[in-house]
Amino acid sequence: MIRVVLPYHLRNMARVEGEVKLDIDGVITQQSVLDELEARYPMLRGTIRDQVTHQRRAFVRFFACEQDLSHEPSDATLPAAVAAGTEPLLVVGAMAGG
Amino acid sequence: MSGVRVLVGTRKGSFVLTSDAGRKDWDVQGPEFAGWEVYHVKGSPADPDRLYASQSSGWFGQVIQRSDDGGKTWEQMGNKFEYAGVPGTHQWYDGTPHPWEFARVWHLEPSLTDPDTVYAGVEDAALFRSSDGGREWEELSGLREHDTGSSWQPGAGGMCLHTIVLDPNNSDRMFVAISAAGAFRTDDGGKSWLPINKGLRSQGIPDEDAEVGHCVHRIAMHPSNSDVLYMQKHWDVLRTDNAGESWTEVSGDLPSDFGFPIAVHAHEPDTVYVVPIKSDSEHYPPDARLRVYRSRTGGNEWEALTNGLPQENCYVNVLRDAMAVDSIDSCGIYFGTTGGQVYVSPDAGDTWSPIVRDLPPILSVEVQTLT
Repeated sequence: MIRVVLPYHLRNMARVEGEVKLDIDGVITQQSVLDELEARYPMLRGTIRDQVTHQRRAFVRFFACEQDLSHEPSDATLPAAVAAGTEPLLVVGAMAGG
Repeated sequence: MSGVRVLVGTRKGSFVLTSDAGRKDWDVQGPEFAGWEVYHVKGSPADPDRLYASQSSGWFGQVIQRSDDGGKTWEQMGNKFEYAGVPGTHQWYDGTPHPWEFARVWHLEPSLTDPDTVYAGVEDAALFRSSDGGREWEELSGLREHDTGSSWQPGAGGMCLHTIVLDPNNSDRMFVAISAAGAFRTDDGGKSWLPINKGLRSQGIPDEDAEVGHCVHRIAMHPSNSDVLYMQKHWDVLRTDNAGESWTEVSGDLPSDFGFPIAVHAHEPDTVYVVPIKSDSEHYPPDARLRVYRSRTGGNEWEALTNGLPQENCYVNVLRDAMAVDSIDSCGIYFGTTGGQVYVSPDAGDTWSPIVRDLPPILSVEVQTLT
């Protein structure tokens, strides 16, 4: 069970409260988590990463286990604690004016 | 009973303002899409309950919303705006080639006849069309692929296609405007495009009367005479009588011919409205007095409309998509400001009053006349 914490606007858009829990087979990476997240919540397509290039949107960050994983390759394995479900993957709107 | 529904897009959500035909007592609903920039909300002329909204965020990108009940409920539509083919480059601010990158939808223009067909003007400048009510989007790439496309440069607000005008008398003809490329016309439903900028002079570009490169802010048309168009350019107000083949400046006695919106009276094709702004460096009204200017002669001769508008200490702007007219017999004029006020004049501009004063900065105002 993978736990994902979405930012306020995306929780509203996906109509979820609290964490999203995903069942994913295979290696747990940013890409596999986002693939499953978008499959389950298609309204989130294009809001976290570009729909065509799959590039992370500039003001979105991925944190887990007190690390910034935003600049890791999308196919890099996420921390074991995320894969084990003991820590969530945090999708964060970067701090910026507005 | 007839009435009006005013659709307001702001920096922090959208609002729907409704009134009966008297346009004195208003109901204000919103914000919808709270916290998001709503660049534009517009209703289908063929089905007034069908609305489209462009919801956007610097963090989370573009979302398209659709309502089938006049804005009571909304459904998220498709947001995949993929340029056709290999999009190539346009010029960046420093003159270097820059890849075409989708940023947001500035303007949504529903078809005049089919509620499921809607056009989207986007940044970086391109025109998209949906034929299934906003679920799937296809680029009309003939515009971006025009011979001049690689030379287009962004204006200060980005390289946006912000104006789409459909010709009610010719379904194959439409007009678009791009900052800062200029105005273009298609006569074949969007397959091919002609720059229509003859007569425009812009001091901010090396060749003042170049074929493209002009910062057109807005174009307006009266449906009864679709060969006549009015333009508010970065500087200058212009008019064409031949569908853009040539333009003539009609700024006349305006206190400033810089501004963003321009609108035409619903029943008087020669009655035109602009909101002069002091300059491109100072985006607020001249003398800090908010004045709409009306010409009843198709330009050149303008009168200030001030009754009910602030005439001191006013430093708001009115953006290009933030002015609209209704089609009630006594034509109503509406505009929204960057200070969050929406003003209405139920008597063609003679008197004004605020519908609401303290909304977030207003990006767009559209009005539907309901029967």
